[in-house]
Amino acid sequence: MSPDFFKAVSICHLSENDFKLLGLFEGRNVLIKNDHGQVVLTAKIDAGLPDSLVFIPMGPWANMLVGTETGGCGTPHFKGLEVDVAATDSPVLNIRELISGMGACCHV
Amino acid sequence: MSEAIMIRDAVCSFCGCLCDDINVEVEDGKVSRVRHACRLGSSKIMGHGRIQSPMIRKDGVLVAASFSEAYERAAQILLAASKPLLYGWASTSCEAAKKGILLAEEVGGVLDSTATVCHGPSVIGIEEKGLPGATLGQVKNRADTIVFWGCNPAEAHPRHSLRYSSNSSGKFTPQGREGRKIIVVDVRETRTSKNADKFMRIVPGSDYEVISALRMLIAGKGEILPDVIGGVKKVDLADIAATLKSARFGAIFFGLGITHSRGRYKNIDNALSLVAELNSHTKFVIMPMRGHYNVGGIGQVLAWSSGYPMSVDFTRGAPYFNPGETAACDLLAKRDVDAALIIAADAVSNFPHATAEGLASIPVIQIDPYENPTTILSDVVIPCAIAGVEVEGTAYRMDGLALRLRKLVDSSLPSDEEILTGILESVHRQRQRKANQGA
Amino acid sequence: MIIRGGIVYDPANGIYGDEMDLFIDKGRMVESAKGEEIDARGLLVMPGGVDAHSHIAGKKVNTGRIMRPDDARLGTQPRTAVCRPSTGYTVPNCYAMGYRYARMGYTTAFEAATPILEARHTHEELEEIPIIDKGALTLFGNNWQVMECVRDKDLSKLAAYVAWGLRAARGYGVKIVNPGGGEAWGFGTNVKGVNDAVPNFDVTPAEIIRGLAEANEMLRLPHSIHLHFNNLGKPGNYTTAIETLDMLKDIKPSRMRQVVHVAHMQFSAYGGTSWRDFESKAPAIADYFNGHSHATMDMGQLLFGSATTMTADAPLEYGNARLTHNKWSNHDIELEESSGVVPMAYFRKMLVNAVQWAIGLELALLVKDPWKVLLTTDHPNGSPFVNYPEVITLLMSRPKREAEMATLHDQVPKRTTLAGIEREMDWTDIAIMTRAAPARILGLEDKGHLGPGADGDVSIYDLRPEEVDTSQDHALVKKSLATAKYTIKGGVVVSKEGQILATPPGRTFWVDAAVPQPEADRVMVDLEEKFARYYSVQMANYAVQDAYLPHGKAILAGLSISRGVA
Repeated sequence: MSPDFFKAVSICHLSENDFKLLGLFEGRNVLIKNDHGQVVLTAKIDAGLPDSLVFIPMGPWANMLVGTETGGCGTPHFKGLEVDVAATDSPVLNIRELISGMGACCHV
Repeated sequence: MSEAIMIRDAVCSFCGCLCDDINVEVEDGKVSRVRHACRLGSSKIMGHGRIQSPMIRKDGVLVAASFSEAYERAAQILLAASKPLLYGWASTSCEAAKKGILLAEEVGGVLDSTATVCHGPSVIGIEEKGLPGATLGQVKNRADTIVFWGCNPAEAHPRHSLRYSSNSSGKFTPQGREGRKIIVVDVRETRTSKNADKFMRIVPGSDYEVISALRMLIAGKGEILPDVIGGVKKVDLADIAATLKSARFGAIFFGLGITHSRGRYKNIDNALSLVAELNSHTKFVIMPMRGHYNVGGIGQVLAWSSGYPMSVDFTRGAPYFNPGETAACDLLAKRDVDAALIIAADAVSNFPHATAEGLASIPVIQIDPYENPTTILSDVVIPCAIAGVEVEGTAYRMDGLALRLRKLVDSSLPSDEEILTGILESVHRQRQRKANQGA
Repeated sequence: MIIRGGIVYDPANGIYGDEMDLFIDKGRMVESAKGEEIDARGLLVMPGGVDAHSHIAGKKVNTGRIMRPDDARLGTQPRTAVCRPSTGYTVPNCYAMGYRYARMGYTTAFEAATPILEARHTHEELEEIPIIDKGALTLFGNNWQVMECVRDKDLSKLAAYVAWGLRAARGYGVKIVNPGGGEAWGFGTNVKGVNDAVPNFDVTPAEIIRGLAEANEMLRLPHSIHLHFNNLGKPGNYTTAIETLDMLKDIKPSRMRQVVHVAHMQFSAYGGTSWRDFESKAPAIADYFNGHSHATMDMGQLLFGSATTMTADAPLEYGNARLTHNKWSNHDIELEESSGVVPMAYFRKMLVNAVQWAIGLELALLVKDPWKVLLTTDHPNGSPFVNYPEVITLLMSRPKREAEMATLHDQVPKRTTLAGIEREMDWTDIAIMTRAAPARILGLEDKGHLGPGADGDVSIYDLRPEEVDTSQDHALVKKSLATAKYTIKGGVVVSKEGQILATPPGRTFWVDAAVPQPEADRVMVDLEEKFARYYSVQMANYAVQDAYLPHGKAILAGLSISRGVA
């Protein structure tokens, strides 16, 4: 349960243009949504990204947006997902908060 | 204070590179210094926060238990289940995998590895087309053209370029990086693309089209292509095709950028065809960049034991394989398993949220050196010694080469193999008990 | 254990169908013993079968499994109280290999090709194959160190390297596959004949083969060099075969055996200039073998149906893949080898396949001395080993051959001589080709016979040699050979009427050849440089560790060793 790891995978990287366009600033969060779910992440500029493309490292936060479908090959569709991005004042959930939504610890 | 012992040429059990030139200093039974390893490997070998004791969930809370209690409870869970899932296996030894397969046979479960959330599509691609590959040393000694497609070794496999690929040197590649052309294909710039001679940025999800276009160009049928393919100008693609064709020895390394994108296994199928066709013109090989150090090994052991390299269903007694039906993510998403043993993997973090939720409603056994999000959902937690640091064993490198992991320091904890043996023995005992009661 | 009243064929000991009792004690054949009695009255009894050339373990085999889930689905059997599950037909899982060999009455099988670098993988799989004894031949024919020693004409250094390589691989013998061609394939080319220079190494295949043959005899290895010719699988390649064999005829064997064993001769007995005028040259090859005593062969018989081709001859596999448009795996091994795997199906009505089928049979029937010809299918290249009973009955029954030929492409009688061959083999021939000869050719002193001290490996078939007409009753013969009534391995009944009763682990034989220390030191200087500059692994992690051979059995050989077995 390394805090550094969780911090590194709860970030949304955006292009400089998109970052400005969304009115973001250092430390501001973004809310990302699609048909599968939504998640709040810390916004960060990545100069290597083209506009309209965000990068979220693999991990429990990114997985809020990934569907269960595997197209018959066993592997979910992890990349190239369409999402809506907006600035938000909501906080980034911590790992326990993310998982508690799963109704954990209720069985013996 | 005792004198430091130097262990030379240890094998790093972090990523699929399995670097085997690691020098480790051990003082007072602890690793005091690690040389040659990258920061990822070094951090693993130096060690960090471990689970101290087995735990069993009681009244909603994980409480410390003995190993034998944990084995008994784990066996009870597996025996009570009609279709348990035994998942993970990528960061442990082949010796553990062998015991795990035996356990899956014994309890009639489904055994799947983390390949199904990384290079599972590559395996299916290989089932369609075969794998034209080579050992990494072949690339080091011969390759003058290297393509990294949808992978970022600079971050994920830090020593790959120096030991095996772009920056290595060998018999026919004495100039190293200077004598090579490096092409990177990705949807974004990365540290790997910064080391490239040519970076080709493609539109996300267009790998299949771009590979098809390259095949057309290499076959001399470029005239029917549109001017832009997957965000790349046809003239630029033609340039790349010419570079590939004129290579003396070319190698394509590919990662999750292509296996996880639209097309999934079809992307790999197409890339394998590209390489097969390139061999009519020159020499070309292709290799998946395997992530966890022994994700290749579980595939090998499972294939020689059951005939299939992943997602093997033993519930009928004979092995059955049908990804999309028997893969961990499908089983959990469809709520088609009623218990899970998660070993050397963090399913909760790595599965889609709604898939991982499938673990919340079933009993979960976790075997791992470290606490991770899967622990939060687990009912039995069993800590283990770390293969390659505290126990010996076998692992398969990303090119399929088997290496012997060393033991560097002692551990008071049992190995994964010993834990699985303990659970197997509990399974036998509980079965025997039940049979005796029945009689 | 006492085996009562069997009709025993033990040609190595001059026993050709005599009724006698056999005794086993502590896993070995003895003059008399007590214990369990097996009633074999009137039944065919032979030593346990020995397969000297079969692809049963290692990276190629597992690649075949991984790329062929379609094949794994065939032959699926669930686990039982005794057995692990079985899967696969041409590429069975490890467990099925052990069970299927045992069911057929075979107790020993040798993996035909392992690069030193990947030997650890081979041993992992060998150890997982239950029941049978095993060994693995080690690939040397495209190895940089070998080619450099040959180029420098430094035979004693070559011998020292071969000894080191066998020890590092825990290998049994020297395998050579398309020498020089595997290195050339590293840059996508091939060699075209034995005198064609290997790119970048200033040696020829002929020099590599001769050098390794001489080193092999210098080391007094139990087995001779085991050779897969250049140009294998190509029309007109019989001339390469004869040219290669002829340049080895003056080499003196260091033991009572051949100087060269030719792997799967069928694939190198081809005439014609293309697939269009493709024809059998088995008679020319058989003439050569009949006229010379330094060479032996195994058939590499092809049978119709499914196969998986797998070989260290990587350019051949690329050709197979392009020809059939089938899926293709390739695996080149740094400094040592190349290899490939391609699924295949052989058809009766396809002329080339039908002629190939006939060539294997012609070779076995036209070579007069059965000690020179082993029965193999080059599993799974020509067909899976479970089809050996089909091959045996083809050799024993001319009516069966005629019935089969009637179903084939009608050109077969014109392109081959098979229709005119009258010979029908008897049980002595078969016992030699499947037991006595493979053991002698491999140099396994305790295998392939039933004399005192031999391994207690016996197969008993539900066939009465004194009653059955093997020419006419070939269907019965085939059925009975497919499932031994009893297979006894090391004195334990492991299979009875097809049911596996016990799964003891088999041993793995390897050869530890001694060389004088100064020679070993000279090699080490070269190797240290190779590991520092070229290999992608450290020398310290290269050799197979003892942990991978928990049932290893070292056979001593070498320059300073006067006697063979330790």
